[in-house]
Amino acid sequence: MTSELIVFLVLSLVAIASALGMLFSRNTIYSALFLVLNFVTVAVFYLMLGAPFIAMSQITVYAGAIMVLFLFVIMLLGAENLTSSPSQAMPWQRPLAFILALTLTVESVYLIFARAKLDTVITAPDTVTNSMESLREMAMTLFDKFLLPFEVTSILLLVAMVGAIVLAKKEKGGRA
Amino acid sequence: MISTNYYIILSAILFTIGALGVLIRRNPLVIFMSIELMLNAANLAFVAFGRSWEIAKGEAFFNGQIFVFFVIAVAAAEVAVGLALIVEIFKTKKNINIDEMNSLKG
Repeated sequence: MTSELIVFLVLSLVAIASALGMLFSRNTIYSALFLVLNFVTVAVFYLMLGAPFIAMSQITVYAGAIMVLFLFVIMLLGAENLTSSPSQAMPWQRPLAFILALTLTVESVYLIFARAKLDTVITAPDTVTNSMESLREMAMTLFDKFLLPFEVTSILLLVAMVGAIVLAKKEKGGRA
Repeated sequence: MISTNYYIILSAILFTIGALGVLIRRNPLVIFMSIELMLNAANLAFVAFGRSWEIAKGEAFFNGQIFVFFVIAVAAAEVAVGLALIVEIFKTKKNINIDEMNSLKG
């Protein structure tokens, strides 16, 4: 048992527990806060995998921006405690979903362990400065090889912004 | 020692929880959060594969990390539009139960 393995096991327990907490809490605000906890643990995994930039964008964009947006909408709508009665239309959906999810987990764990030989030992980078130097190289790759996808992403963000404004705007004399 | 297996299995478990959330919850906000969870699980797998490739070849490529960067940007765009839609549906229906969202006319 190396210390790295212990950190991994504890963090993965936290990640899975917070994901389940997100799924099963009655109050939507608690769901959102559990999801923030999950995102932060995944950010620590990214640090362990030698991806400091991704870890920081995970925290700022996911745990920061996206989840604040979620909390804002939940509080705006007053949707904290929606009565989540099981669906009348399809009462068999819930047990079927559990069975399918269990099947998916068992299948994927079996395939990963039994078939795929992914036994490369992953180690964290030796020092922080080492991974910060890799950050510079990553930026060079991003603005050299991936420049076109980067620009397309910026256009996508612009389109999303315009779309959100159009949806939120009141139509003059319309129903909204 | 941590092998790539462990990260991929964690990613698979998180993805399954997300898929389960989409299937069993009736609140569209929670369904949205489950989708974010699934995207996140896929990101974890990307970074883990990238790191193991990097270790195997002894050279840094960053393709996995850059892909994750794009996925994060797309998720942010998706959340902005999706939440605007949910707010709009709430304004017209005064309710956001997913079972009642079965008409396109509003």
